Amino acid sequence: MSVLVVMEQKGDAGWHRISLEALAAGQKLAAELGVSCSAVVLGEDAGIAPLSAELATKKLAGAWAVGHALLAHYTADAWVAALQQLIAETQPRYVVFPHTYQVRDYAPALATRLGQVLISDVTAVHSGPVFVRQWMQGKLNAEYAHKGDGVCLVSVQAGSFRADEVEAGSCEVKTFAPQLEAAQLRTKPGEPFREATQTVDLSAAQVIVSVGRGIGEQENLGLVEELAAALGAELAASRPICDAGWLPMERQVGSSGQTVAPKLYLAVGISGAIQHLVGMKGAKTVIAINKDADAPIFEIADIGVVGDLFEVVPALTRAIKGAA
Amino acid sequence: MKIIVAVKQVPERDAAVRVAADGRSVDESDVAWTMNEPDAYALEEALQLKERDSEGEVVVLCAGPERVTSTLREALAKGADRAIHVVTPEEGEGALPSRDTLGVAKLLAEAIKAESPDLVLTGLQSDDLGAGQTGVVVAELLGVPHATLVLQVERAGAGIKVKRELEDGWFQHIEMPLPALLTIQSGGNKLRYATLMGIKRAKSKETREVEAVAAGARVDEVVKVAPPERVKRTEMLTGSADEIAAKIVEKLKFEVKVL
Repeated sequence: MSVLVVMEQKGDAGWHRISLEALAAGQKLAAELGVSCSAVVLGEDAGIAPLSAELATKKLAGAWAVGHALLAHYTADAWVAALQQLIAETQPRYVVFPHTYQVRDYAPALATRLGQVLISDVTAVHSGPVFVRQWMQGKLNAEYAHKGDGVCLVSVQAGSFRADEVEAGSCEVKTFAPQLEAAQLRTKPGEPFREATQTVDLSAAQVIVSVGRGIGEQENLGLVEELAAALGAELAASRPICDAGWLPMERQVGSSGQTVAPKLYLAVGISGAIQHLVGMKGAKTVIAINKDADAPIFEIADIGVVGDLFEVVPALTRAIKGAA
Repeated sequence: MKIIVAVKQVPERDAAVRVAADGRSVDESDVAWTMNEPDAYALEEALQLKERDSEGEVVVLCAGPERVTSTLREALAKGADRAIHVVTPEEGEGALPSRDTLGVAKLLAEAIKAESPDLVLTGLQSDDLGAGQTGVVVAELLGVPHATLVLQVERAGAGIKVKRELEDGWFQHIEMPLPALLTIQSGGNKLRYATLMGIKRAKSKETREVEAVAAGARVDEVVKVAPPERVKRTEMLTGSADEIAAKIVEKLKFEVKVL
């Protein structure tokens, strides 16, 4: 019985940041269960050499370097096949993934091939083990247990475990050469690209006024624009506002937008779906105005107002102008 | 191109959700239901693909009890050509909550197989359980290639080329043969509303009922559901709008120090 953590490489920059959080989660789970923990990185041999060397400095039973020319670029087919072979070889009881876009793309297929179900987007692990994940956009927590003797696959949510709690140590790098053939890869991935140069850098903003679905109509955006102007703040939004085209995509905060860490984040009509929270958890002070007292945004807000934003926001804009 | 769009009916966003008496599920007694929003984007993409091709068929598919027919009707009113309803019991054995992701995906995959579509579209995740897996699992069960978080679909020779969202504002094109399954990310298109004419026409469109395949044993088990514990102490401000505004200004001046 053992734990295997699947690490993810990102560009040339090294690890995807959630990988190390997943590694911390895997080490913790293994310690709790009294079993060993290993980690694996997949890619082209030369590309992953520095990464597996880094894993060798962690408290692990082994660092697997799964190298193959067909792993040079991510495809779901290659990742599923390679990991299925490694899992057959090493027989882990638990496999822990970072909940990245890439993992979302292949881990459910891997689970299906193993006759299992991925317990995805886990925010905490309790003894048992029991895995906590969110329902209803964060309004409820559901605790999942895995049944049977098969391998249990779990992905952990960004920010739920701490990368700085990864335990150092030393282990051996072991190589594993998966059997892959070009004909197995049904999809042809292109090079990643950006749409246009970003002109708005929210990550440097000290004060952000951010608007969500609660604003109701595009015509109402003037209310938050005035508030932002009075505060000298950058205007930001949650995804639905940008999806609707009411504000440009580059003003989006969250997992698919920018990550911000201002002194003040004033969330107006934002319920606080996890995809948004991961982008603004780093704010020093969060003020939330929302009509729904159960909105998950209040779980991370320092100051909360349960009320009608159409009354509170204009009053606040007036009060700020009066105070200046 | 024959396109199947798998949609889910979920509780409305603003719905107050309560934990059921068993402490392991959601109390559905007072819930108002709606089409899962990412699935609405999948439907929109399918309708636009058909309109661009000026031919083809869009079939909407939903599994669930009687109540999901309202979501199927909405899809028909927006322009889907016909509907397939995989009928599951309201509760108990075989009902949606008794199935894990694999069990639900099997329901959908069985219904899809019989149709032999060129393309299957669904939303990238559901607004209720949010597992974000059903589409990929269905692709695996069907034995077809997939792509997730797709914003745009275009034809490329005998196959398709899709634009996939990556993290931090990056994108990628992926080419694949047909048949294929795509999970659609929100925001790639603008959602249409059903027109009066559409609602009228929907009444004469076919909805075929399909029996659900038996539920296998779950490999995971939900042992407890509860509202999250507050980890942070939130100071809640009350009063009239002006009183609240004055309190916030105080804090902005003396605590947050941004004024």
